[in-house]
Amino acid sequence: MDLFEYQARDLFAKHGVPVLDGDVIENAADAAAIAERFGGRAVVKAQVKVGGRGKAGGVKLASDPADAVAKSEAILGMDIKGHTVHKVMLAQTADIKDEYYVSFLLDRTNRTFLAMASVEGGVEIEVVAEENPDALAKIPVDANEGCTPEKAAEIVAAAKFPADVADQVAEVLQQLWKVFIAEDALLVEVNPLIKSGEGKIIALDGKVSLDENADFRQPEHEALEDKAAANPLEAAAKAKGLNYVKLDGQVGIIGNGAGLVMSTLDVVAYAGENHGGVKPANFLDIGGGASAEVMANGLEIILGDADVKSVFVNVFGGITACDAVANGIVQALALLEEKGEAVTKPLVVRLDGNNAELGRKILTDANHPLVQQVDTMDGAADRAAELANAK
Amino acid sequence: MAIFLTKDSKVIVQGMTGSEGMKHTRRMLASGTQIVGGVNPRKAGTTVDVDGTDVPVFGTVAEAMEKTGADVTVIFVPPKFTKDAVVEAIDAEIGLAVVITEGVPVHDSAAFWAYAGAKGNKTQIIGPNCPGLISPGQSNAGIIPADITGPGKIGLVSKSGTLTYQLMYELRDLGFSSAVGIGGDPVIGTTHIDALKAFQEDPETEVIVMIGEIGGDAEERAAAFIAEHVTKPVVGYVAGFTAPEGKTMGHAGAIVSGSSGTAQAKKEALEAAGVKVGKTPSETARLARELFATVK
Repeated sequence: MDLFEYQARDLFAKHGVPVLDGDVIENAADAAAIAERFGGRAVVKAQVKVGGRGKAGGVKLASDPADAVAKSEAILGMDIKGHTVHKVMLAQTADIKDEYYVSFLLDRTNRTFLAMASVEGGVEIEVVAEENPDALAKIPVDANEGCTPEKAAEIVAAAKFPADVADQVAEVLQQLWKVFIAEDALLVEVNPLIKSGEGKIIALDGKVSLDENADFRQPEHEALEDKAAANPLEAAAKAKGLNYVKLDGQVGIIGNGAGLVMSTLDVVAYAGENHGGVKPANFLDIGGGASAEVMANGLEIILGDADVKSVFVNVFGGITACDAVANGIVQALALLEEKGEAVTKPLVVRLDGNNAELGRKILTDANHPLVQQVDTMDGAADRAAELANAK
Repeated sequence: MAIFLTKDSKVIVQGMTGSEGMKHTRRMLASGTQIVGGVNPRKAGTTVDVDGTDVPVFGTVAEAMEKTGADVTVIFVPPKFTKDAVVEAIDAEIGLAVVITEGVPVHDSAAFWAYAGAKGNKTQIIGPNCPGLISPGQSNAGIIPADITGPGKIGLVSKSGTLTYQLMYELRDLGFSSAVGIGGDPVIGTTHIDALKAFQEDPETEVIVMIGEIGGDAEERAAAFIAEHVTKPVVGYVAGFTAPEGKTMGHAGAIVSGSSGTAQAKKEALEAAGVKVGKTPSETARLARELFATVK
């Protein structure tokens, strides 16, 4: 889960990383009091989870409280690369003498953590990495040893920070590491890390990405979710504990196992090439050992998606028993019809593996007019695409 | 022969007395695996009747190894306790630890991986978030169904459980030496490369099937390894061509970030290394079948 800048700033402050005073608002009128608090001047920053907001006009300097309201009004509601601005952060102004870059992240390739640091901050770090790779220091950090004072000094030396800020930067690195560990982050990035006119090191802007697998020990993270921005179908699926991603096609997909579902999306997209370019409408993995209830929940979400014209249920029963899947389909359809919802979308079902014969028989016996079975994954994908295109 | 797991493997189960652990201990036993014990400090000294087989429960991995000669552990404990369970297995220096648990925080996986390295990598880790591995007709450590197919000469390594089952099913008449599910998390123990190396050295394996998916660069690195070190025919499959950027597709590691980790890049890297890459699972099976016919 990627956080907004103001949320990253809050986590930085919580763990002692030096930041400037700031506050987030949704109504422009609230900007005046905050600017007042800062002594009149404030930086108004759009809160969007996408880079390049400065160039897009999403960061403006306000000279007094009235101007802070005007600038907030201008930025709120703005569209930045497809992201609508719902919140702005007002921050104290800074006297910037120098801009640096520091981060900790997961290095998948080497299965370790990595510190990155550069004295060329304030620009996109990918650009630095590309154009001047020597200016970006990359130092592995052992997950169990962490960013010790020695490690912080090593990073500072490798990135060639000037002597007058070296100690301060080393300290910030250790505080930032605390954020990384304590919050189960996959990325903590400060860009720019600035040297102020008084020679102080301050985190001016930051990015944090959190590991959702750690939610069980991070109860405070739930409040950081941007529920307003979530797709309503994704939110409904999440509430039911389903692993669902909304896509922009017409063929609803249900399968078991992340790999098989990803593969199903691909096979449907290929089949769609012969059927008017229809595409998969979603990713939905009902997981291993899925019960009839899980199947019914999944089907309800997908049939509730107005974009869906046909549904492809693709199950290879490993641990999942195909008879449970078949029962789930039958029960889900009955349940929806009971609720008075007109189920009109055709379902193509392919069952293989554990208890496949039994599952197929259940569907054959139920003889639902909207359900048809196809033996192979490719054949079923083709049929589902054809049906979606015919609608 | 087989890789990593044979008929002589003596397997213990950490978390055996939990519901998932018990269900799969039953299945592993039924498929002929030598299950020699379970580990649960609160039930140490008891035995559990698993469909007529008395399985002793030990307090620690070390004790189980000492009493039974166990050399493989399969870990079913919940995510909260997984790191401690793996660390215990590493401390006991058991040869192979298969971590089935899904949803392990990446900080924990990174920590036990670093710990294994600091302890000299005496314990090979598979997973987490994986279905385990099977050497059909010999032993089964994890949750891969044993009745899909029997022993044969195809070796399979995959990030995905159900795609493993699907390919085993499509090639069920040929059979497998071993099928290894390495898991789809960002940090995993055994990699495609480790399995490819073992299959290359395994005299029984004649064709290798390698299944990847979006995210990271494991497939690209496997491709480089194949070009350099693998002389046996390899067939590849990559899932996730239609996955949008920035969305996690089920597996924690299955995410395209910017332009990195795409299925297309992985396919191209594999093809450049001489690997035949199928567009669908069924085409992949067909390619494997064709190659199998040429080596016969």
